[in-house]
Amino acid sequence: MDNNSVVGRIFDIQKFSTHDGEGIRTVVFLKGCILRCRWCCNPESQSFRIQRMKTANGTRVVGYDTTVGDVMQQVVRDMPYYRRSGGGLTLSGGEALCQQEFVTALLTEAKAKGINTAVETTACLPFEMIEPQLKLLDTVLMDIKHINSEKHEKFTTMKNELILANARKIAESGTHLIIRVPTIPTFNDTEEEIRDIARFAASLPGVNEIHLLPYHRLGYDKYMGLERDYGMGDLPTPNAEKMERLRRVAEREGLKAIIGG
Amino acid sequence: MAKYNSAKCAKSERIELLKADLFATSPQIEADRAVLLTESYMQTEGEPMVLRRAKAFRNILEKMPVTIRPNELVVGAATVSPRSCQIYPEFSFSWLEDEFETVATRSADPFYISEENKEKLRKVFRYWKGRTSSELATSMIVPEARLAMEHNVFTPGNYFYNGVGHVTVQYDKVLRIGYRGIIDQVNRERGKMNVGDADYCTKSALLDAIEISCEAAITYANRYAALARELAQKESNAKRREEFLAIAENCSRVPANGAKSFWEACQSFWFVQMLVQIESSGHSISPGRFDQYMYPYYKADVDAGKITRDEAQELIDCVWIKLNDLSKCRDSASAEGFAGYSMFQNLIAGGQDANGEDATNDLSFMCIDATMHVMLPGPSFSVRVWNRTPHEFLLRAAELTRTGIGLPAYYNDEVIIPSLMSRGVSLEDARDYNIIGCVEPQKSGKTWGWHDAAFFNMLKPMEMVFSNGKLEGVQVGLKTGELDSFQTFDEFYGAYRAQTAYMISLMVNACNAIDVAHAERCPLPYLSSMIEDCIGRGKTPEQGGAIYNFTGPQGFGIANVADALYAIEKLVFEQKKFTLAELRDALDANYGKVSDKEAETITVGVVTELSKNGIVVNEDKVAEIWRAVKDRSKNPRYAEIREMILAQDKFGNDIAEVDALARDAAYSYTKPLLQYRNPRGGQFHAGLYPVSANVPLGAQTAASPDGRFAGTPVADGVSPSAGMDVHGPTSAANSVSCLDHGIASNGTLFNMKFHPSALAGDSGLENFVALVQTYFEMKGSHMQFNVVSRETLRDAQKNPDQYRSLVVRVAGYSALFTTLSKSLQDDIINRTEQASF
Repeated sequence: MDNNSVVGRIFDIQKFSTHDGEGIRTVVFLKGCILRCRWCCNPESQSFRIQRMKTANGTRVVGYDTTVGDVMQQVVRDMPYYRRSGGGLTLSGGEALCQQEFVTALLTEAKAKGINTAVETTACLPFEMIEPQLKLLDTVLMDIKHINSEKHEKFTTMKNELILANARKIAESGTHLIIRVPTIPTFNDTEEEIRDIARFAASLPGVNEIHLLPYHRLGYDKYMGLERDYGMGDLPTPNAEKMERLRRVAEREGLKAIIGG
Repeated sequence: MAKYNSAKCAKSERIELLKADLFATSPQIEADRAVLLTESYMQTEGEPMVLRRAKAFRNILEKMPVTIRPNELVVGAATVSPRSCQIYPEFSFSWLEDEFETVATRSADPFYISEENKEKLRKVFRYWKGRTSSELATSMIVPEARLAMEHNVFTPGNYFYNGVGHVTVQYDKVLRIGYRGIIDQVNRERGKMNVGDADYCTKSALLDAIEISCEAAITYANRYAALARELAQKESNAKRREEFLAIAENCSRVPANGAKSFWEACQSFWFVQMLVQIESSGHSISPGRFDQYMYPYYKADVDAGKITRDEAQELIDCVWIKLNDLSKCRDSASAEGFAGYSMFQNLIAGGQDANGEDATNDLSFMCIDATMHVMLPGPSFSVRVWNRTPHEFLLRAAELTRTGIGLPAYYNDEVIIPSLMSRGVSLEDARDYNIIGCVEPQKSGKTWGWHDAAFFNMLKPMEMVFSNGKLEGVQVGLKTGELDSFQTFDEFYGAYRAQTAYMISLMVNACNAIDVAHAERCPLPYLSSMIEDCIGRGKTPEQGGAIYNFTGPQGFGIANVADALYAIEKLVFEQKKFTLAELRDALDANYGKVSDKEAETITVGVVTELSKNGIVVNEDKVAEIWRAVKDRSKNPRYAEIREMILAQDKFGNDIAEVDALARDAAYSYTKPLLQYRNPRGGQFHAGLYPVSANVPLGAQTAASPDGRFAGTPVADGVSPSAGMDVHGPTSAANSVSCLDHGIASNGTLFNMKFHPSALAGDSGLENFVALVQTYFEMKGSHMQFNVVSRETLRDAQKNPDQYRSLVVRVAGYSALFTTLSKSLQDDIINRTEQASF
């Protein structure tokens, strides 16, 4: 089948994204995820089903099936910005890599047009589902949320052994890998926890950059809209001083550490 | 090695002191200028106007109070009280007399006025009845144009009520040779003349007037020198005493002579900048390329070790403070349109020189830093961008953008230079352009550009297509045919173009009448000393003395027109969802949203129409019409029609078909204008920007076929309609870049609002710069940014006292948010928030 007619399920295309890889990027959000992180700011991404979500402007259908061709038509509109800024296309989610065929076709088309490609992934899936994409990707942005597998499971519903093993394999493949840490109060925001993650990241061959993404509450309205409970309660967002302290902890492990993307 | 030193200089403690003093009191209206002007005019009846103007200028400068404010290094104040204004009755006065009791309490730009000053002004206003430029202009505008003005199709009120301004003079010339040197130039010109010359009497009168004006400026500076000496004697602080003595020395040397130091250059610049604004009330007196003409004085002093870079920065910061000391009182309607006490003194850094080489220097960076230090709306700070602009310079400009002050505005050399050349400006002059006021490019010291000639509401001709040329029941436009006569979209669109073209011709008539009135009643001899080739031609700029002459009226509402045309093409002609007549009814009923006040307006319109046709309308009949209006508005079909329209694609979302229509629709304004000439022999050319008039003029605009309700703001500049661009900044910029910016040689304005998170970190700055450069690669002309959060603005509305210094970019200029009217504040808040987390 022609790449352009391959169908996938997405729920948003966001242009001028500046915190999802290098430069000005277009982010395609794919539907469906493996983890159920309590703090997730895109709860509508988790189920593969097409859902209805209440918003301030009425009820919205979240998720639609589209073709690679249609997505690319959107993506190429911002080519001049990618060239100027070193940006490109980022696949996000959900867990983008679950929709293997769609992702392969989309990345193949993007590469054919000379567009820089990146993926934001949990890497919580068999390496066989990740490996075929690596040669089509310029950058992999993957989360390492916690080193302690039990705590990882408690907050995300899954253990972390597969994730840690995949991180090493991706790093060994030579694809540019950046580690990202959603920094969540009560979960992983102590200096020890961040240090452990950074130390692991620094042990991966070729990895030299880590992003600490401060917890925020911007997903709250969506939980209400989906008639779900918000699992984080009234937890305050971490302040700038605290983030800077954690950043220095990560930096001490020999990494370039950035707050935000 | 870089050609410049970009290291940041320290901010002097003096700056906050100067700033606090500036805002310690509320703006006031002072009467000195008006009284002294009138006193002189009464003594010179019967003399040539240009001489009378010069003598009045001299009388003002010999007698008006001189004031040195605490801690100043650069002196010269047009008013005793800071941020206050003088009055210019020679242009117009009756509006002020009418507003004496409300001017202190009005919502936009209030000014306090004492009973004593009211009395003084009332007395002098008596003299001016029948003698103003506005009265003469009114008598020359054709009735059809006056009618169109009454119905707000276009509003040339700016120059109708005020001086023209909108100019950059030869600051460099005064810095180089001083007014003594200019008087020498006048004398040399006299030497070439013969009493038998055809233009002898007018030219010799102008040369005399220029000499009187230059002498007056020197006298005025000497009064400051004397005051500074007096203050030095009384001063107990040794350091301040030294400063007073240095100020006295500076003022006794400049602007009479060429500047010998950077401090003198700053002082000389400031006298010129202020005096131009005492001679006339015209605003947008734009300093232009300050980093270029000040550089030789800076470099000489720094190289010679006479001054440190920190000291130079302090002087620049002082000049920036002074630019916020000038103000102007406008009539209440204009005040809404120009809100924010803004004087539009546009100062631009960077870009290329006349030879096409990059001109960025130390001062280019120091200008950015001065705005960063001072954090006030003046000057309207701009930067020029071209293919060889140093990246470092753009990053520094982006840092300023990130502060949320709404400055700088970014301008694209690669569009503006060829655009100016297409209007007859030479290559060298075009490369040396600067910006006037909001967004208008010109060559300094050679141009009388009439840049802000009128606002043209591009939605009004559309309204007239639906009513066969009528507005509020009156035949204002052409009879382009009943609605059922339009069989195709092209016929409808043709009618829109015809109505527009006719309105343009009327607007040209109004502008030219006002132009003539200025030449006859308010020629400006002082300004003539600093505009080439006034001395050689023996003419003031108003009379055609400048090398380049233009008239630039600006259209606004292009996004609304494009969205309207697109919806009509799709829904009426292609899909036949409703007819034009149905759409007209929906528009008349404001899409079913009719308040009692609107129903009243409509009823009055219908009654007037019936009476005109000889039909007697009694009370019962009026009540019946009123009920009918209210009932009709309840028709659910109207809201349905609006929903269908809103569901159509809109300009600003990078959709090729809509964007192409927008490009074409803009031509219906920009192209017909080019065929017209002004009385100075110059060409008309279009701008596409609204200042902030899109709000007050939107309030006078009926519901439009893009789904916009009556009375709500019209789109800002070439920006998408508020809230209609939903795919982020790159899509909006792609759409806007589809317009032909080059043909709008009087400037286009693209306003974008950012949440601060979009510019966070080094990568945020890099991405921001890439966005600007990409828009410019796609041939956009201008970009400006608001970086604030919605919450900040809401809070500022509730607690203005805590946000006194919150500066917001409003369509081409920056204003203090809390000084804007409520409706404009709401407009700013509602603009699509281009947040990016």
